[in-house]
Amino acid sequence: MSLRSLNIPVIDFVGKRKIALIFSAMLLIASIASLGLQGLKFGIDFTGGTLIELGYEKTADLENIRTKLAEAEYEGANVQYFGSDTEVLIQLEPQATSSAKLSSSIIRMLGDGIDVRRVEFVGPKVGEELTNDGGLAMLYALIGILIYVAFRFEYRFALGSIAAIVHDVIITLGVFSILQIEFDLTVLAAILAVIGYSLNDTIVVFDRIRENFLATRHVEPEPIVNEALNQTLSRTIMTSLTTLLVLLALFYLGGEVINSFAGALIVGVVIGTYSSIYVASSMILALGISKEDMLPSEKEKKEIDARP
Amino acid sequence: MNHYAAWKNILIVFFLFILGLFALPNLYGSDLAIQISGSGNYDVSQRDLDKIKDTLSDSGVGFKSISLEDKNVLVRFNDSQTQLSSKAILKDSLTRNYVVALNLAPSIPQWLSGIGGKAMSLGLDLRGGVHFLLEVDMNAVTTMALDRYYNELRAELRKDKLYKKIRKEDNLLLVSFKSEELKNEAKKVIKNDLPDLVIAEGTEQELELGFEISATAQADAKLGALKQNITTLRNRVNELGVAEPIIQQQGTERIVVQLPGVQDTARAKEILGAVATIEFRMVDEKNDVQTAIQSGKTPTGSKIYKFKDGRPLLLKTNVITTGENIVDASSSMDENNQPSVSIVLDSSGGRSMLDTTKEFLGYRMAVVFIENQVETVMEDGVAVKKRTKTQDIINAATIQGTFSNRFQITGLDSAREATNLALLLRAGSLSAPVEIIEERTIGPSLGADNIQKGLISVLVGFALVLIFMAWRYRVFGLVANLALTLNLITIISILSLIQATLTLPGIAGIVLTVGMAVDANVLIFERIKEEMRSSKNIQKAISSGYEKALLTIADANITTLIASIVLFSFGTGPIKGFAVTLTIGIITSMFTAIIVSRAIINLIYGGKKVEELAI
Repeated sequence: MSLRSLNIPVIDFVGKRKIALIFSAMLLIASIASLGLQGLKFGIDFTGGTLIELGYEKTADLENIRTKLAEAEYEGANVQYFGSDTEVLIQLEPQATSSAKLSSSIIRMLGDGIDVRRVEFVGPKVGEELTNDGGLAMLYALIGILIYVAFRFEYRFALGSIAAIVHDVIITLGVFSILQIEFDLTVLAAILAVIGYSLNDTIVVFDRIRENFLATRHVEPEPIVNEALNQTLSRTIMTSLTTLLVLLALFYLGGEVINSFAGALIVGVVIGTYSSIYVASSMILALGISKEDMLPSEKEKKEIDARP
Repeated sequence: MNHYAAWKNILIVFFLFILGLFALPNLYGSDLAIQISGSGNYDVSQRDLDKIKDTLSDSGVGFKSISLEDKNVLVRFNDSQTQLSSKAILKDSLTRNYVVALNLAPSIPQWLSGIGGKAMSLGLDLRGGVHFLLEVDMNAVTTMALDRYYNELRAELRKDKLYKKIRKEDNLLLVSFKSEELKNEAKKVIKNDLPDLVIAEGTEQELELGFEISATAQADAKLGALKQNITTLRNRVNELGVAEPIIQQQGTERIVVQLPGVQDTARAKEILGAVATIEFRMVDEKNDVQTAIQSGKTPTGSKIYKFKDGRPLLLKTNVITTGENIVDASSSMDENNQPSVSIVLDSSGGRSMLDTTKEFLGYRMAVVFIENQVETVMEDGVAVKKRTKTQDIINAATIQGTFSNRFQITGLDSAREATNLALLLRAGSLSAPVEIIEERTIGPSLGADNIQKGLISVLVGFALVLIFMAWRYRVFGLVANLALTLNLITIISILSLIQATLTLPGIAGIVLTVGMAVDANVLIFERIKEEMRSSKNIQKAISSGYEKALLTIADANITTLIASIVLFSFGTGPIKGFAVTLTIGIITSMFTAIIVSRAIINLIYGGKKVEELAI
């Protein structure tokens, strides 16, 4: 029984994997180049420093604020509108006078009657720690996943899913680097969520590949992988669409603070959907997966036999 | 086929009913309230409630209700005007055994709160407030410990005149001896009587020994300083009047302080981080300060101090008493309308004050304000701790008559300074300097904005998914929508039950869960569609669709769960908030998307002859 007779669209994903490879390679090179050359625009969560968000009743006069800050010798202050022209964001890099008191004195200096919406101060040491902890969290998440997938499937699948994750994370980071969008703690959380999401997608495909290997008498891996990709295609698209729908709601309605978080996830979900189709499955094909690798061990066989 | 036993359906309905019940409190709004609690070990009781009720009635303030909840008296009001004026009235009438704070009290009906129903607790980014991370200067703690051991060591060795000389060097106490016998004798004595001191490796020479504080004693000293600082900070926060503050140890040298709803963050910063105390010293009237400065020789037993404006004065090095002996302090205006602080000393402080004022009647006594500050600064790209100690004379006044434990000090610049000093003296001093190394303040307006935007994005995202699913999967889509709605209720219910803090990233986590929770149903439905293509038996298609999708769903969810649990364990702040809701959402979605949706599908199609599925 062929897929075509079942009204399932048959797309030759596997045959086009060379094109996908070139496409992925280009994205990866652009991302890595940008990350290497201009890096990420880290927010104060990681660099340390002071951030003040102020609300004015009328349109705020940025020039006036800048002059006042310069007169008071606050070096390297970055003043900009945030969301609307009645809201102002002041960012100060960590400097010699960096302390929690800095924000109080700036607010006092700018005058009364301003609504202090947000103040963030991160000491230099804390920023460094958050960077390290963030990197560690990412590493531990990857290791945990690797172990689980290797245990549930096979090491080639584990490597395939890790390849897809690394691919997605690098490209998402690359987008943040190329567009120079601020990278803060919430974006890091989003990147970690992308890992979870991309993996979710990959696992569904892998699950089907394994099932098909066991169910058919074919031994050629390519058609089996392609069949699995086609069978799961409508699910992959449906889930990506529903997730994107809520993310778009977050992106447009969730406010400035959540904006870059939602942005990171949108990029990640799009890339993650693509990678679970092309990257993960190409990887296991390249690693030489075969029917024999799928045969359950003795113990598992008994469990399957015991099923009704 | 496709039939759940009655008990199974009943169990599901029962679960959903309970979960719905505990999600209910979130539908009720909250009242403006004043929360009165006891400070320190004092718990408020029914007697206090009656007293507060009388006070408010006497001053003609109308309030909505008054009740005793969790060792707090809660007075609810209809508008913020009466709330604020009542706070002023209560603050004046109640003693300092009470903490009076503005708060928002959820207006959950009695029957619901009676069974333990609580609304979700909102994070600082949603309700407004300050988050501080304070770091205790542990080097200062070690130095202080070394000073203490220096004195003990000297006292111990002096008894038998064992040592020649003792000096401090870095973290070592170096002792030199006249002979090797005396050194060996000293070793024995220290081992028995000062076990906290150990011989530092590589410091032993023929006639010299280097001691250091043992690792356990150092850790004890640090932990002690941390605990003591937490107590002091708690006292200070109580003095500020904050409802539901959080003061917690984090790691080995840090303290988290969270103050919901605090408006004056500048004051909170001044108060929390201040390491300030006062000392009372006699003025050296026999020597002239100018001569001392010019000659560069300070007379023995005296030291040069300065007023805030820079005027120098010679003060005796002997301290009469210090802030440690102060049991109470309050600020007020004195007869000349100058800000002043009234002080009450403990018995030993009172005694030495009485002796001094008797002996030195007509002489001048000075009050010295001492403040220690520690700040991390960047020097050539490296973070370095910079310590500063300021000692200013607040005033030096002639002793007009004898007094002991009650008196006033004046000479403060402003009423604000007087209030702050009184507060710091009352709350006790910090045992080691602290530094604010992280601050996150969310103003009330942004908090309200965040709630509104979070709510709207959840609702819109949710509605979009509902429409999309209904369009794509028809009857099955509606079932999935019902499951999704129940999932949302379940998440809210569990968050309320375990009283996890909901933050803005937490809302993002819920939104993401909504998107991903439908995945389970999508997997199942797509599988049912596939099964229907290969087999004509619709009932069989449904059941094998569910069965075959189950393993995939489990695999996919467990891997995401691993990622979100890692986020929870290693993440801080926003990451943690996001991980909590994501973790809960993944687990609950398994229940609603698989079991609940199956139950509904079974009720609709199970056991019937179905010609066609609306999928």
